[in-house]
Amino acid sequence: MSTILDPTGELQPARRERLPRLPELAGKTVGLLDISKPRGDVFLDRLEQHLGAGGIAVRRYQKPTFTRIAPADLKFQIARDCDVVIEALAD
Amino acid sequence: MTPIPRGYSGFLLVVKKDCNTCQLIETAIAELQRSGALRVTSQDDPQFPAGVRDVKDDRELEQSYHLNIETVPTLIACQDGVEQERLVGWSREDWRRLTGIPSLGTDLPQFSPGCGSRTVEPGMLDKLAYRFGDTVLQARRIDVAEMEDVHELMYERGWSDGLPLVPPSEDRVMRMLGGTSRAPDEIVGVIPPDQALCTVEKVTINAVMAGCKPEYLPVVLAAVEAACLDEFCMHGLLATTYFSGPIVIVNGPIINEIGLNWSTNALGQGNRANSTIGRALQLVIRNVGGGKPGGVDRAALGQPGKVGFCFPEREHDSYWESLAVERGFAPEQSTVTLFAGDGVHGIADQKSREPKSLTRSLAMTLRTVKHGKLFGDASAMLIVTPEHMRVFREAGWSKARFREELDKCLNFDGSELIRGASHIAEGMPESSAGRRLTKFGPDGLLIVHTGGSAGMWSAVIGGWAATGAKGSTPVTVAIKS
Repeated sequence: MSTILDPTGELQPARRERLPRLPELAGKTVGLLDISKPRGDVFLDRLEQHLGAGGIAVRRYQKPTFTRIAPADLKFQIARDCDVVIEALAD
Repeated sequence: MTPIPRGYSGFLLVVKKDCNTCQLIETAIAELQRSGALRVTSQDDPQFPAGVRDVKDDRELEQSYHLNIETVPTLIACQDGVEQERLVGWSREDWRRLTGIPSLGTDLPQFSPGCGSRTVEPGMLDKLAYRFGDTVLQARRIDVAEMEDVHELMYERGWSDGLPLVPPSEDRVMRMLGGTSRAPDEIVGVIPPDQALCTVEKVTINAVMAGCKPEYLPVVLAAVEAACLDEFCMHGLLATTYFSGPIVIVNGPIINEIGLNWSTNALGQGNRANSTIGRALQLVIRNVGGGKPGGVDRAALGQPGKVGFCFPEREHDSYWESLAVERGFAPEQSTVTLFAGDGVHGIADQKSREPKSLTRSLAMTLRTVKHGKLFGDASAMLIVTPEHMRVFREAGWSKARFREELDKCLNFDGSELIRGASHIAEGMPESSAGRRLTKFGPDGLLIVHTGGSAGMWSAVIGGWAATGAKGSTPVTVAIKS
């Protein structure tokens, strides 16, 4: 038998359960996150209209650039202020 | 362990049976033990030497390793647990002096050189350093069964870029670590996309797999460090659907110290350092960071250089200051520069003998980087070969002069570049109409001299579509030993 060393990050996060899905959006706050890809705003504008028509509170957020992960402060702000978040990913 | 017993006063002798000198002096060893304190350690046979009591069995070589034995026999005089003097091989005169026995080895020749200690057999020191040394490797051990093919195992675990890997055994990793003075647990950076903390040890393991030699390790470490800088934006570079990957350009004395190829086929295959350093960086991103094609790497096409792309500048006969000097480093400082780039696009110009003509030629291709109508946030690296460099040298054009003239050739009326112009929908926004636009922004064009001395070609390596603050900026870091 021989032994080799693991080249990976050995992260193996403990399995995380998804948060329970919300049965309805009434009375909840929905965050809309634009990652700064072209036309993400068009998609999110329409979502905001639809949600607003249903009387659902909406908050808009934007990443400074799509090429980097979201700043920690932004993630914290969304988690603090919203019940769910919808992210517009691609152009 | 402490190799010399605490408080011990007397002699330690390390021998092996498979040594003519050790066999030759067998009787003298027994004589020495009879006359006083002597502890004998045998590297290969605890029954040897005959007639000696309590021979220490050191077939595992732990004591020999800690005593730094390079030759057998080695006789060490100790006082209160501290080494006073050591003799290697057999010299009757020296042994008599050190032991104080004037009649020692009367029947023996005056002198007989020793043999190599088993600790210095090829590859053995790395194994022993791993087993008995102070260096502790933290990585998880993976056992490979006798019947298992280690190469297939590495493929199955997803560690490979598609090409075979060198198995990262403990002794290979230890040997590779010898290439740096940095501690194995030192953090080099946070590797995207998993934002994994990456130690010197993890870089070392991946450098072994990539096929690096220990002397390349400082370059690999610097490349990983550079890739983790925020302005290089490795996360986005990995995730993009565009072609680009990290390209490593090496400057400074280390180029020749480790044998990087700046001559014929400098951007091609066939040189171990060129081929493995860039690969090691990519394996770190793949294995430590978790960045894999089809996962976070979303490239529509990619390009062959994403296996690894590293080359040095041809510095010794360049008429221009090197890339690193241009970027603020001293010529004697070895550096790596990382550029987010694509494949190589050749430019043929065998007719230009004066610099204005050649500059216009090069500009024609540089204009097309990304798209012939997209200006301002494009980036590129221009590789000038020695034969094209000669044209600028003979005309006395400095690098700054060339840049200035090149910018003039890459300055266009925005009306020709806007969306819809030339019946092409792609282009600059309407607001560019009537303005003069230059192809590359600040830091948007890197210029490097490299390659073989024959061939009136140069090359353009297009940069990632996302450049500058919103994407990637080239980064240069010093290589530490």
